[in-house]
Amino acid sequence: MTTRIGRDELARRIAADIPDGSYVNLGIGAPTLVAEYLPADQEIILHTENGLLGMGPAPAAGSVDPDLINAGKQAVTALPGAAYFHHADSFAMMRGGHLDVCVLGAFQVSETGDLANWSTGAPGAIPAVGGAMDLAIGAKAVYVMTDLLTKEGTSKLVTACDYPLTGVRCVSRVYTDHAVFDITDDGFAVRETFGDTTVDELERLTGLHLVDATREG
Amino acid sequence: MIDKTVATVADAVAGIPDGATVMIGGFGRAGQPVELIDALIAGGAGDLTIVSNNAGNGDTGLAALLAARRVRRIICSFPRQHDSWVFDGLYRAGEIELELVPQGNLAERIRAAGAGIGAFFSPTGVGTELAAGKEERVIEGRRYVLEYPIRADVALVSALRADRWGNLVYRETARNFGPVMASAATTTIVQVDEVVPLGALDPETVVTPGLYVDRVVAVGSRPWLDGGEFVGGVDVEGRPLETPEAAR
Repeated sequence: MTTRIGRDELARRIAADIPDGSYVNLGIGAPTLVAEYLPADQEIILHTENGLLGMGPAPAAGSVDPDLINAGKQAVTALPGAAYFHHADSFAMMRGGHLDVCVLGAFQVSETGDLANWSTGAPGAIPAVGGAMDLAIGAKAVYVMTDLLTKEGTSKLVTACDYPLTGVRCVSRVYTDHAVFDITDDGFAVRETFGDTTVDELERLTGLHLVDATREG
Repeated sequence: MIDKTVATVADAVAGIPDGATVMIGGFGRAGQPVELIDALIAGGAGDLTIVSNNAGNGDTGLAALLAARRVRRIICSFPRQHDSWVFDGLYRAGEIELELVPQGNLAERIRAAGAGIGAFFSPTGVGTELAAGKEERVIEGRRYVLEYPIRADVALVSALRADRWGNLVYRETARNFGPVMASAATTTIVQVDEVVPLGALDPETVVTPGLYVDRVVAVGSRPWLDGGEFVGGVDVEGRPLETPEAAR
């Protein structure tokens, strides 16, 4: 049997890998959970692409400010030291390589680091890309946070994505509920497994050849 | 003497013709110039091309403009949201054209128009279907696609305060697309909570210099502000907490 960890535990695991002093963008959805596990004694500065560095947690109900929202259009707060800027500046920060870490969700990640997370390509679906393609190429390290398997049990780690691509060769590391994978020149390398999970079992679940890097470092 | 202020929102949007390309600021509801959009609807212009990050929320503002069937085409990054039912219906019925642009490319294409840049190479979207058919170039080992500026006849922008020269300060993340859109349109029309005397804005804090602005109209304070000070008491859509019906 493999061991799976929950969303919160995974968020905590990712938070532990983000160095003190980093500038970080957390994508919409599950990645926003990472904010709750950033150590209080560290200064990790959150960027939201609609124009804020130094984003803080959600406000109390009576203190919601409609002018102060995150990329998911949820009410947030601005911490002491925060800065506002317009959209072109905000995406220049991303595109220009000024952010240290970005954490994104995924439909699929390929063994060369291609990411698919904006569209399932389903006919009739209304497309919406937002900042997904900018985020995918917009940080020094692009981390993906995802379940290893879809609800139907197929692997989200693939040889080549068949969903529409968000970015090419952009992902550095994938944090899943079973294990952590680095993207290397040799494909996916298992960096860390959770609980009783083994590399053999991961190969069986994904159908991929995996590099065993669990003993390194 | 320069005085860009006009008395009413109708005066502010006067002369916008059928077929115009209109930039509309805002990210969701934050910074959306709702009063100017309402005046645009009342003014009757149709067959518009809209440039905006989203494609309307709920039934007000940009969504109301779409519902009034005034928009032929929209250029945006994120039309589909939980409350974008007006756009969704028009799109499914084939009654609106959509050009989908990654958000950063949208902002930079607008910025480029305002800055006199002929085109630029962007790494965003490389290898994706949104870059299909676009010229690609490898520069210092990295792949880029060629992106062209987006210009407009008119920009509708919301800011917090202006003076009569059109200098603008914004508020928090409601700034979003305002500064770049203000620079990229032939006629830039701004609604503000209040117009203050010339000299009352600290030059160090002016975000959009007045040279980009053509018309300014004061529309009064937001429900969550009193004299520019945050007083709260609303939900994220700006509706008062105690009497949510009041703003509907």
